[in-house]
This record gives sequence, structure tokens and C-alpha cells, in this order.
Amino acid sequence: MAPTVLAARGVTKTYRKGAVAVPVLRGADIDVAEGEMLAIVGQSGSGKSTLLHVLGTLDRPDEGEVLYRGQRIDTLSRRRRDAFRNTELGMIFQSYHLLPELTALENVLAPAMIRYGVFAYLGKRRQLRERATALLERVGLGHRMTHKPRELSGGEMQRTAIARALMNEPRLLLADEPTGNLDPTSGDGVLELMRGLNQTDGLTVIMVTHDRAIAALADRTVTLVEGRVAEEAEGLRVQG
Amino acid sequence: MYKLVLCLRYLRTRWIALASIISVTLGVATMIVVNSVMAGFTHEMRDRIHGILSDVILEARSLDGAPDAARHMELIRKQAGDLIVGMSPTAQVPAMLGFTVNGQRVNRQVMLIGIDPKTYGEVSDFGRFLQHPANRGELRFDLHEGGYDTADHQAEDPAKAAPRPMMETAGWEHRRRKAFWQQREAELAKRLAKSEVAEATTPPTESTTRDQQSAIADPFAKAEADSGEVGETFDPTSQQHPGVVLGMALGSFRDASGEDKFLLLPGDDVEVTYPMSTTPPKPGSAFFTVVDFYESKMSEYDSSFVFVPLDVLQDKRGMIDPTTGVASFNSIQIRCKPGVDLNALRDRLQEVFDPRAYVISTWQDKQGALLAAVSMETAVLNVLLFMIIAVAGFGILAIFYMIVVEKTRDIGILKSLGAGAGGVMGVFLGYGLTLGVVGAGGGMVGGLLFVAYINEIADVLAWVTGTPVFDPAVYYFAKIPTVVYPHTVAWIVAGAMAIAILASVLPARRAAALHPVEALRWE
Repeated sequence: MAPTVLAARGVTKTYRKGAVAVPVLRGADIDVAEGEMLAIVGQSGSGKSTLLHVLGTLDRPDEGEVLYRGQRIDTLSRRRRDAFRNTELGMIFQSYHLLPELTALENVLAPAMIRYGVFAYLGKRRQLRERATALLERVGLGHRMTHKPRELSGGEMQRTAIARALMNEPRLLLADEPTGNLDPTSGDGVLELMRGLNQTDGLTVIMVTHDRAIAALADRTVTLVEGRVAEEAEGLRVQG
Repeated sequence: MYKLVLCLRYLRTRWIALASIISVTLGVATMIVVNSVMAGFTHEMRDRIHGILSDVILEARSLDGAPDAARHMELIRKQAGDLIVGMSPTAQVPAMLGFTVNGQRVNRQVMLIGIDPKTYGEVSDFGRFLQHPANRGELRFDLHEGGYDTADHQAEDPAKAAPRPMMETAGWEHRRRKAFWQQREAELAKRLAKSEVAEATTPPTESTTRDQQSAIADPFAKAEADSGEVGETFDPTSQQHPGVVLGMALGSFRDASGEDKFLLLPGDDVEVTYPMSTTPPKPGSAFFTVVDFYESKMSEYDSSFVFVPLDVLQDKRGMIDPTTGVASFNSIQIRCKPGVDLNALRDRLQEVFDPRAYVISTWQDKQGALLAAVSMETAVLNVLLFMIIAVAGFGILAIFYMIVVEKTRDIGILKSLGAGAGGVMGVFLGYGLTLGVVGAGGGMVGGLLFVAYINEIADVLAWVTGTPVFDPAVYYFAKIPTVVYPHTVAWIVAGAMAIAILASVLPARRAAALHPVEALRWE
């Protein structure tokens, strides 16, 4: 088996709603192997999104640790975690989360704008634009580059989000219900794209979904029940 | 880089924030205009006051003055001669000015000032306030044949100078004409009285009252009677009383059309009543012939100053000691070399002159209350207007807060993409700074343009509303004076920008502190 890229060990997370403490994760353990496509499934409230956020350093676990290539990342300074998210991870979300003021191309460029300061960015401008254009063409949106998000369909927005996630050449793609808001046809297109990235580019993909049919596309499925990993199963594709 | 891009993009897509900045613009513009106009007024007033007053004034505390101006001046020169350019003794006393307008006797309270025409021009800008070109060069208290200015010669724009058509005939011409008509009137009255006596139908009491009336109406008759030795030989068509220079507002007024109308003209006679230098003071009076008008454009002075030759006043008031022939004076006006510290000179003189008998003051001490009042007014206005900008700051705060709330999800997105808290804060601080720069810059440009064209704007407003906004008859300024001090403008603009930035700090901090997961969940 390929080496572990990202791992969570005994992660707990409790949210407070007023006086009531709501435990979301209760000691979740997970190992993500390099180059695999992993699906995390579970019912609403099982903690799958929270686990993804913890893995993506958007949230910190109350207990336990998160390791990236054997290094703890949950205890890094905020600045280091910001840099980690910027360069090592790509994230996509159920509701796309594009910046409404920017065009599709600018949205794809956003991670690079965050990565580089004004002068460094202006210095690399041509090359970054070429890369962003290539990414948009790859996701099939070469003709939509100057459109604002509100002028795009759901599927197009999600594909733009994928292009954006790939901008800084990350090794990991974290997807939170990527097809949740899409019709089946667009959803299939997005999933096909992710599958392709995983297989041709060797990108490690972690996908959260509540739909077992979608999870079946993954190499491996992890089921969360009440904040713990209940079962692990090899994906259908690999078996087939 | 994203800070710059987003900042500019938010600016382009959120015009409402620019609306909030308009209040800053207006505040800055108003502050600049108010400060410039107030500074203009102060500057103009200081200029005028300083033109009227000499640099330092030594005054005797008694109205009867102190004897021997020459000895005092010698002492001053010994004490501080290196700082002094010129000195001039004067005598002043409150008095009543009386003259006849349309047969009506008019009395006015004035300050009668005896000046030495040779030296007085050295210590103050007295000459330039006079209405006859020759008097502006050298004043001799003699009536001129004519040639008095027929328009305000001090007006900056000759085309807009207040016209004074009545001055055309001023001088000997006016005096002769008036004397002629008065003579005719007297003859007529005499003839009428004679015919009435001849008919003997009217009671004699009536004719005596008429005689008395004509005597009051004709001051020359009384003058002839008074001036004993001249007696019958005083001829108003060729002779004049001692000359007097009246404050402009004493003998004229400006009508609604902006034209100056005169109650008196050079060539007319006035009677001045003053306290004699006796114990107790008794009234004395004398006739003078108006030879010129004094117009400093400070209404306080123009409506009270009456200048006569110093030696005449000293003589008439009995200020000359009959045994020694030494004359008393009330004050010595001192003009300093340029750049001399007036307070230092005042302090140096105070060492040698007994403070119980003399008051020594600089021109600023003299008008300290007025100058302080104006600067106080400016300060209060500045505080009030800055409050307005501060209020605008709260407007910015509220609108920015709304924008941050609206952009919560975007902030979450940026953070998920790896943007730091500082960077997110930078976006909104930059936004605030840009709006501050735009608002304050716009206000600065607007304010300066307004100041530059303030008189044109006033004219347009006057034309639209039908009433003059800045009535020269009220202010004695032909136009609104303005002075722009660059450092004042810089302070105002910097202050406004600081307020805009301060107002964006709180929303920006909130944006920076947002938790990415919660921000992403925001709908």
C-alpha cells in the first residue's frame, strides 16, 4: 500500500451551543494513502464535514492529532496552517464558494494571488494566467473565463472551483459534498473530473458525501457514525 | 495581491460606501472653506488694525495728558532707539461733533485726535486711508480746490469700487456754492423780516423767533460772532477754519445700490465740542472745516475718529502751559524696525516709565480682545465641523460593518484558500483607507475650488436669491477675503483620513477574527 499522506488520530471535536455541549467527533481515526480516492460517508450530523475541516486545518481538534506526511499540522501556527492550506490543499464545497465579484479566471487565480505578494504576482502574471487558462480549459470552461459566477450554471461553478483548487498544484483535494447541489448529469461530470484527476495526475482525493452511490466511485469508503469510524470498505471500482 | 484586487473590486461594486464618504467630503470641504474665510477675515483685520495703529503706543493715563512730548521721545529713543523707526505725539479726547444736514443739527459722539501731520504718517498707514490723492502724499489740513476721489480708491477691483458721485464737487467749489446759497437765504430772510415789520401786521414776538431760527440754521453767522478778531472779515468763500479729517462713516453712508452718499463734503464746516483741560473740565467748542475723509474700513474707527492738527487741539483745549509754553500730549505712537519683537520693546519701555502714569501697549494688546474673539470663533467652528466628520466616521463604521457581514462567506472562502487574518484585515483597511483618501481628497479639491471662486459663488447666490449674500455695506469688505494655509488643509485632510481608517478598523478586525468554518456556513 502507498504511504500515508494525511492521517487523523483520535480526533475529538465538541461544539457548544449555549450551555449544551454537542460532541461531533469522538475519537475519529483515519489514514489517507497517497494517490487514493477516499470517500467519507455518514448521515447528517455524523461529523463527516467536521472531520474534513479538521483534516484541512480549517478547524482544530479538541484532542488527538492530525498528521501530514508524518508531521503534526494541527498544532502549527496560524500562519503556517494558512500557507499549508494555500499550497498543499485544494478544497471544493457543496455550494461552490466562488467569490462573486471576480470572474471565473480571477477566481481560479485567487490562490496564486494569496500566495504571492503584489510584485511577485505581477512578475509571474503571464505564467500564472496561462496556468489558470489551461486549468479552466481542462475543466471544460475555456469559453467562460470572463464570466462572473452568477452567470454560470451550478456544474460550471463547481468545475471552476475545482480549477481553483488545482491552481497552486496541491497534492490533496478535499471535497465536501461536491455534487450536493447539482443535478445528476452535472454531478456526474464533476465526479468524472475528480476521478480523472485522481487517476491521471495521481492527486489524492478525500470526498465527503452522504450518497453511497457516489461513494461507490471511490477507491475506499469510510463510514462515520456518531463521530467514529464505523466501517471501512474497498470501493466497487477497485474491486471491479 | 488579492488584497489589492478585492479592495478595488469592492470599491467598484459597492457605491453605497462612496455615499458614506460624501459626508466626509462635505465635512472636509466645509472645514477648508470656513478656515480660509476666517483666516482671510483675521488677516484682513490684522492688516487694517495694524495699518491704523502704530506698533507700540505710550499713553498717559490722564485725559489731560502729560507735558512735554519731546522729552518723552528723547527718553524713549535713549532706552530703545535702536529698535525704532519713527515716533509721533498725539492728543486725544472724547468729543461731540455737530453739523447741519437739511437744516437739522446732527450731533455725534467722536474721538477727537490731534495728530502731527509731519510725523504721524511715519508711524501708521494714515495717509493711504485719505480720499484726496495729494493728502495721501502729505496731509496739510488745507482744503483742496477739488480732485477728491469719486470712487473708493482702496477697492481691489476698480470696476467694482463703490461710486461716490457727490465727491465730484467737494472742495472749495462746494464751499463757495454753499456760502452763496446761505448768503441768499440770509438776505431773503432779512428782506422778509423787514417787509413784515413794515406791514406791522404780525406781532413782534414771531419775528424774533424767526431770527433765532435763522441764527441756528446758519452756523457761519455764529462763527463770525465767535471769532472776535476775525469778525466781519471771515469770508467762507475764500477762508477756512482749521482743517479736520472725519472718519468716513461719520459723514457718509452706503445705500442699498452700493453707492456712497454723503451728509457732509470736504468744504463743509463742523463744530466740535470737547472738554477743556481745566479742573473741573468745562466744554469748549470750535469750528473746523472738513478737508478730507478717513476710511480705514474698520467701522469702529471710521465712525468715531476725527483728526485735527495737534497744535490746534492743544491750543483750543488749553493743554499748553501759559507760563512755560510747554504743551501736553496724550500718547506717543512708535513705529519699530521690521522684525522687532514688539513685546520686548514694550517691556523695555516699561522699565523707565512709571506704570502709574503711563500705559505702554502693542497694537495687538490694543485689539487683543477682537483678535482673540476671532481665533476663538475659528476654534469652536473647527471643533464643530470636526464633529461632523466624526459623525461621518460612524456612518462609515456602520456601512463597513454591513459590508463585512455581507462578505462573511467570502471571508471564509479566502481563509479556506489560505489567506491570513492580517490579509483579510488588510482588504478592509485598504478599502477604508481608499475611501478616506477619495473622500478627503474630493473634499480638499472641492473646498479649495469653493474658496477660489467664493466671490463668484456669492454673486450667483445673490442673483438667484435676490439678496446679497455678502453685503459690502455691512462688512466694509468689497469681497470675501480668504487665505489658504497649506498646513491647515493638510491637517484637515489627514484628520479626515484618520477618521475613515479608524472607522474601518473595527469592521476589519471583525473580518479578520471570523472563524473560517463558521464563515463558510454563513448563508
